[in-house]
Amino acid sequence: MNLTLKVWRQKNADVKGAFVTYKAERISPDMSFLEMLDVVNESLILKGDEPIHFDHDCREGICGMCSLYINGHPHGPKNAITTCQLHMRTFHDGETIVIEPWRAAAFPVIKDLAVDRSSFDRIQQAGGFVSVNTGVTIDANAIPIPKVIADEAFNSATCIGCGACVAACKNASAMLFVSAKVSQLAMLPQGQPERWSRVQAMVAQMDAEGFGNCTNTGACEAECPKEIKMTNISLMNNDYFSAKLFREEHVHEHASGE
Amino acid sequence: MSEFKQTFNSSLGKKLIMALTGLFLCTFLIVHLGGNLLLFKNDDGYGFNVYANFLTHFPPIEVIAYLLYLSILVHALYALILTIKNRKARPVGYAHVNKSPATWSSKNMGLLGSILFLFLVIHMGDFWYNYKFTSKIGFKEYRTDLATDKTQSVDYVPTSPNFEKSVSTENNFEIVRVKDLHARVASSFTNLLYVIFYVIAMFAVSFHLLHGFQSAFRTLGWVHRKYTPIVYFIGTWLFAVIIPIGFALMPIVYYIQSR
Repeated sequence: MNLTLKVWRQKNADVKGAFVTYKAERISPDMSFLEMLDVVNESLILKGDEPIHFDHDCREGICGMCSLYINGHPHGPKNAITTCQLHMRTFHDGETIVIEPWRAAAFPVIKDLAVDRSSFDRIQQAGGFVSVNTGVTIDANAIPIPKVIADEAFNSATCIGCGACVAACKNASAMLFVSAKVSQLAMLPQGQPERWSRVQAMVAQMDAEGFGNCTNTGACEAECPKEIKMTNISLMNNDYFSAKLFREEHVHEHASGE
Repeated sequence: MSEFKQTFNSSLGKKLIMALTGLFLCTFLIVHLGGNLLLFKNDDGYGFNVYANFLTHFPPIEVIAYLLYLSILVHALYALILTIKNRKARPVGYAHVNKSPATWSSKNMGLLGSILFLFLVIHMGDFWYNYKFTSKIGFKEYRTDLATDKTQSVDYVPTSPNFEKSVSTENNFEIVRVKDLHARVASSFTNLLYVIFYVIAMFAVSFHLLHGFQSAFRTLGWVHRKYTPIVYFIGTWLFAVIIPIGFALMPIVYYIQSR
């Protein structure tokens, strides 16, 4: 396959970027999208050009490192996969592919297509954990959890924190990510002691990072590679309003992980 | 107090205000449509004019009315604040148009809301302001023969400038004198452009509520396997179909009658 790529090139966060057009020639339809970029980069290096900088790590859809906004879709046009799982057979010969980085104030561009997603880390560090006292190992089945609850919590826990929800949202809102991280713990008994302080701490950090506000368009849910559901957002809202308006627990009572 | 402020200044708190004011405005639409169905009664505006007088002179309704106007302003103001914040959250836009599947109405709530705000300014300026604060609207006298229950209407010119409404009985005739808002409605809806504007505004209501009603429930966190489908059903059929059609029929019917 021969393709035309329009790739966003930007030296760093401080300078303006622009699109540069490249030819991707003799691409196998069985290549992943990232392998296709590898081939293009090889040719750029041979020509003495700077290769295109993009994020990737495990290349099997579980780490959440790869990103790319491809032809108007985060992780490309297919549902429930990451960019590394996207194959070139999805495109047709001669097609023009526009590749952009995630666009959000909270995700500044590091270089070219790679963005800094450490705002997600800071939200997690604000409360996305359970404080466990060390000691003897507790039997795995010591705390009974109904199967439906365990399944639902696990569905939320499958979030890989790639940021596709932010990239897809017209408001660059991080609500799907934050709500998945809040509700995976809020549903389980182990998450109860910190439930009301956690939601306050994580929402406060989300706001501080400068993400937009949720308007329930559902674009996040549609683009999520792990099919995280919007019901998480409502669950988080419910917990947040309950914590703020009815519970006598404050955000500063949350142990900060020491 | 500062805790309260912090809650309502958070992103979720602002959305809570949007949801609560929005749902309050939705409940008003039901009442407004119910009352305005009197426009379809063939009684030369008797029922409608008495109803309009009741709405503007019954104190509890007066209080709720001012709460309602406040809700409209708060809803619009917070929409503006949230939109500005959302724009700031993505300073550099995408070159390729976003193709993520989302309903048209959910992506255009601001545009639809702006049309509605313009509509409300014109609508309230035309009817509410003139009814309450100017003397542009005349009076009508309805004489009902209590024996035959037949009502006849004639224009009435009050002698006192402070006249609002009177009900009296003489010789088995009940005489009701009241401000004739109905005539104002009828004359406004003879203008084709005005009618078209009203119909467009009702399309805006439809699409605004198609997304807004269920979205408010999501924002409040009221999502439930059993009850969310009911919310969707009400939001679609009552708020996005029946209510806008009911309202849109009023200018259309009056325009056709005036031909």
